[in-house]
Amino acid sequence: MTSATSPMAAPREGYSPLRLLIALVVLAALIAAPFLVYPIFLMKVLCFALFACAFNLLLGYAGLLSFGHAMFFGGAAYISAHTVKVLGFTPEIGIIAGTLSAALLGLVTGLLAIRRLGIYFAMVTLALAQMFFFFCLQAPFTGGEDGLQAVPRRAFFGIIDITKDVNLYYVVLAIFVIGFAIIYRAVHSPFGQVLKAIRENEPRAVSLGYRVNQYKLLAFVLSAALAGLAGATKSIVFQLASLTDVAWQMSGEVILMTLVGGMGTMLGPIVGAAIIVTMQNYLASLGEWVLVIQGVIFVLAVSLFRRGVVGEVLAFVQARKEKAAARDAAP
Amino acid sequence: MRFAAMLMAAASVFAVTAANAQSPVKVKIGVLNDMSSLYSDLSGPGSVWAAKKAVEDFGAAAKGLQVEVIAADHQNKADVGTSVARQWYDVEGVDMIVDTPNSGVALAVNTVTREKNKVFINSGAATSDLTGKACSPNTVHWTYDTWALANGTGKAVTKNGGDTWFFLTADYAFGHALERDTSEVVKANGGKVVGTVRVPLNTSDFSSFLLQAQGSKAKIIGLANAGGDTINSIKQASEYGITSSGQKLAGLLIFLTDINSIGLKTAQGLNLTSAWYWDMTDANRAFAKEFSAANGGKYPTMVQAGVYSGVTHYLKSVAALKSAKDGAAVVAEMKKMPTDDKLFGKGEVRADGRQIHPMFLFEVKKPSESKGPYDFYTLKATIPANEAFRPIGEGDCPLVKKT
Repeated sequence: MTSATSPMAAPREGYSPLRLLIALVVLAALIAAPFLVYPIFLMKVLCFALFACAFNLLLGYAGLLSFGHAMFFGGAAYISAHTVKVLGFTPEIGIIAGTLSAALLGLVTGLLAIRRLGIYFAMVTLALAQMFFFFCLQAPFTGGEDGLQAVPRRAFFGIIDITKDVNLYYVVLAIFVIGFAIIYRAVHSPFGQVLKAIRENEPRAVSLGYRVNQYKLLAFVLSAALAGLAGATKSIVFQLASLTDVAWQMSGEVILMTLVGGMGTMLGPIVGAAIIVTMQNYLASLGEWVLVIQGVIFVLAVSLFRRGVVGEVLAFVQARKEKAAARDAAP
Repeated sequence: MRFAAMLMAAASVFAVTAANAQSPVKVKIGVLNDMSSLYSDLSGPGSVWAAKKAVEDFGAAAKGLQVEVIAADHQNKADVGTSVARQWYDVEGVDMIVDTPNSGVALAVNTVTREKNKVFINSGAATSDLTGKACSPNTVHWTYDTWALANGTGKAVTKNGGDTWFFLTADYAFGHALERDTSEVVKANGGKVVGTVRVPLNTSDFSSFLLQAQGSKAKIIGLANAGGDTINSIKQASEYGITSSGQKLAGLLIFLTDINSIGLKTAQGLNLTSAWYWDMTDANRAFAKEFSAANGGKYPTMVQAGVYSGVTHYLKSVAALKSAKDGAAVVAEMKKMPTDDKLFGKGEVRADGRQIHPMFLFEVKKPSESKGPYDFYTLKATIPANEAFRPIGEGDCPLVKKT
């Protein structure tokens, strides 16, 4: 197995100094960002970026297209909002409760869904997510169309005052970095290699002796839990959990983010989430047109740059490197 | 809260400099409502026009105010509504949000407004919780609420012999509140509620729900929904022959624009409660004429008239205080000063934030009685201001001191 089997796979070169430098610059920019940009907007981007990264773990690296990720995102949002508001949990415990419940939901859904492949897998996840949507619509604790509102922002760990947006931003940033690190670690591990092998050629992975279903299930649960982490965090940021979070449009939106940014790349989903959320935010005054513009961008992405923004950039860099290498090799 | 304190400190600095320099007091009003979906006809762009008109008629510039009106679409989503409200308050410097139909969104904006110490004048949403459990020193509820509607229509219909009710309820806060309040009125007047069905918001197919209503054999089918949902349910009830077979519909919240969409043929005879109707006074008729000229022939609803009235009173209070920055102070001033404008007449804002004015019970005209566009209603009864709204002590509003 080499990582060059697919153009989608990001080239891996380990920890070169350049990469480390880029990572540090990005981190510094993220730390400085709330003083330049509206923090609530940034937190929204971070929550959706984490959501898209979690989704990408499944789609980009295991090749499983789930159409029901809103279930984990919104379900965790409801659980964390409910535990914080009604049961009086502190936000960190609320977020953990939301994440665990999403993992559990992911386990149940995954057990049912991974028995099928391709479109059938997507349909099973969609069906389960719709069932969950109607459960949320009717269950008394979710508040129906109203959602759960006015979730208090209690002190994080009992000491960090998150009623100030800037403080909350750093908490969200930390959560995002942890979530991203988990995904990074999972992808760049033997486990991640096996996932990619399954994506490229499942029968071959089976013939090599891997228990494919166990790997898929683990990836599914991991992805669901991280999507839940993103949803739970979002409910603390916006102080509400509503039906929007569990509706199927949310599942569609995360697919859009991942594809526009670049499926199967580490940074792609982050870029995709930033693009889509920025559009939704700054074009909100155009009303319904936002959806039309999103649709056009999706069509353009699929027909013109199929690897997504980050995927295309990586492919460009790779092609130049190979050219340079070829030039160097030929005297 | 520290953030709010900072804002207030900044605000007072601004206020001082403004007073020193004699420069106009800047006021920014945000109209937050549904611009594209089921409530866009009854509020939407018409409310934006009404807010701008109020600013113009008030003569804001001459009174030392520099007023700007902006608008946004909340898409009937509570999270979109709160993020717009937060961004308006934090970044855009909006001082007051007005309109906001959809009770779920209204309750969310109510919370944010209180946290940021701004002003929220609600005209479009119905939930009586805004001046009840969820009442806030920063919120004024202007036009109507579920209690007033239930009281108006529920009482009249039950007393006229419609003593068994089946509710078709929109499944969110507004529908639930309307159903709850009407049930109480029906029971208090000797009627009975035989059943209820909860319907998702923005449904296009009411058939199974209407069949349940028909099967209940109730004399009255109470429509605890609004906007496009009410239109669809009345039309489909007519198509199913429910109305012609003897069961009557009671629309609990019906707007003028809804009757226009349904048509008088289907809607005739319907009883409804409204806070305002264009064909009642000369001032109303003049307002409606200007409105329709600017809005493609549509006539104003009570929500849009309420936006006009609410913005007018708000500007009066800001002009008296010479500052719009401290939301609670502005609302306190609004409560102190009696309300008086050309559309809603004289009234007051109560301690719980409820604006008090008479309500009217109308009957929809037959097609033969209607003489022109939007000539839809006959006045049946006037509910005097002191009876139209929930008594102040019964709302469980924490702002009202128990005696």
